[in-house]
Amino acid sequence: MNVLNEWAFVGLFALMAPVFPALPIVIAWLFRPRKPNVLKSSTYECGVETIGDTWVQFRVQYYIYGLIFLVFDVEMVFLFPWAVAYNEMSLFGFVAGFLFIFLLTDALFYAWKKNALEWK
Amino acid sequence: MDELCTGLCKLMVESGADAGLAQFASLLVGVLLVSGVPLLTVIILIWVERKVAARIQDRIGPNRVGPLGLMQTFADLLKLLGKEDITPTSADRVLYNAAPLVSFASVVLIWVVVPFTPFHFGVDLEIGALYFVAIASLGTLAIMTAGWASNNKYALLGAFRVVALLVSYEVPLVFALLVPVMLAGSMSMLDIVNAQAGMWFVVLSPLAFAIFYISSQAETGRAPFDLIEAESELVAGFNIEYSGMKFGMFFAAEFLHVFTNGILMALLFFGGWMGPLYYESPLIAFAWLGLKGTIIYLTTLWLRNTVPRLRIDQIMAFNWKFLVPLSIANLILLSAALKIMQELGIAPRDMLSASFVDVLPTTVVMLLINLAMVAYLLGILRKRGREARREAGANQGMLARAASGAGD
Repeated sequence: MNVLNEWAFVGLFALMAPVFPALPIVIAWLFRPRKPNVLKSSTYECGVETIGDTWVQFRVQYYIYGLIFLVFDVEMVFLFPWAVAYNEMSLFGFVAGFLFIFLLTDALFYAWKKNALEWK
Repeated sequence: MDELCTGLCKLMVESGADAGLAQFASLLVGVLLVSGVPLLTVIILIWVERKVAARIQDRIGPNRVGPLGLMQTFADLLKLLGKEDITPTSADRVLYNAAPLVSFASVVLIWVVVPFTPFHFGVDLEIGALYFVAIASLGTLAIMTAGWASNNKYALLGAFRVVALLVSYEVPLVFALLVPVMLAGSMSMLDIVNAQAGMWFVVLSPLAFAIFYISSQAETGRAPFDLIEAESELVAGFNIEYSGMKFGMFFAAEFLHVFTNGILMALLFFGGWMGPLYYESPLIAFAWLGLKGTIIYLTTLWLRNTVPRLRIDQIMAFNWKFLVPLSIANLILLSAALKIMQELGIAPRDMLSASFVDVLPTTVVMLLINLAMVAYLLGILRKRGREARREAGANQGMLARAASGAGD
């Protein structure tokens, strides 16, 4: 199979994949009872009506973890080719990769020392 | 799949079909065949999951419908078909309905790069490992979508936790994944398995496997990392507003994800289909892969039903202050050792053609490095545990004194 065909397979698979879970949901849609009322389709919380808006700005800690993750997520994209070429490269190639990992690990320790990893 | 598609395509063109259409049809057959495997296993998995959980908790589990309760899943399916499906009026309808589809699809999509035997696989992508990482994070998106679109505070809280948890544990997961990629010198799943002909990668780096195992347990949101659906505090977490078949889809996706991870670990670390007589027949190869995957899958169920849930601050601290530094140290130490050994000419430069004898010195050195790291870690954990116990003891003493003081 050539490269284009390989990705055609992945593409077709990606198109088909949501169909499999959609099928039973659609079948259920044909059979299931429909008796909605105001109380039933209100937000399910604790019996009392929900107070205030749900979609609000909320807890900066999650955002900080997201930022730290971003550092590593970018790092990964560069490390995969490094790992693939590992067997062919010289000692210098390894040292370059090591320095790269070291610099980014530095960011983690900086965040650690700044108490960004503490759950507050 | 390659030969099948080409063969089928040729056959159709010969019988007078349009070439483009024939190619499309043969691809479609391939897709249905590959996706059939996870879709059929998930039906059995639901039963396995319930039966194992029941046995561990000293219950019997499903045993009424069919022999050993095997038909239970079908009965549940029929029941779910007749369940009313409630969409809250305040929900974002499009995203709310899309989330269960994306959740299930993201797991099925992983199976594109899972080779079943040396000759039977969907496609052998050159970037298979990276594809897995990319697709697996789609599940995070689905859960966030579900929590956000439900417009419910419990659901949103659950979804926030999921994103924090899954995003964090992806870092050690990928660092652990880099070890087999580095050893095989390829991201293709087929190459990674074939590179283990000399020695399974789990022997070369048990630590990488352990990190991958723990992270994938977190990625699937299983205990001890199951605060996604912490029922005691969030009622049900991100899926609180879901009912009927859509609710069922989230669970099917979760069950399948756990098994998929078991198969992936078997491929990446346990030599996939490598085992006695695997080259005799694809069936034997498939059986070996299935056996290894199932054993790993069962241990994750065991873990899930044994350990208690952790708090979010503990989970985050464990990831960022323990797993991430450990996985980086593991990668650096192993790559340094391997490079030095390659320069000295002791380690093979190409694992794909290396035999058991070729890899033996490498294995010994890398295993020793890993064992030394484990010994060092156990030392740290012991010290920390002692400190924590002393602190807890002091607190308890204080409480006891306060209590007795109040009694006077």
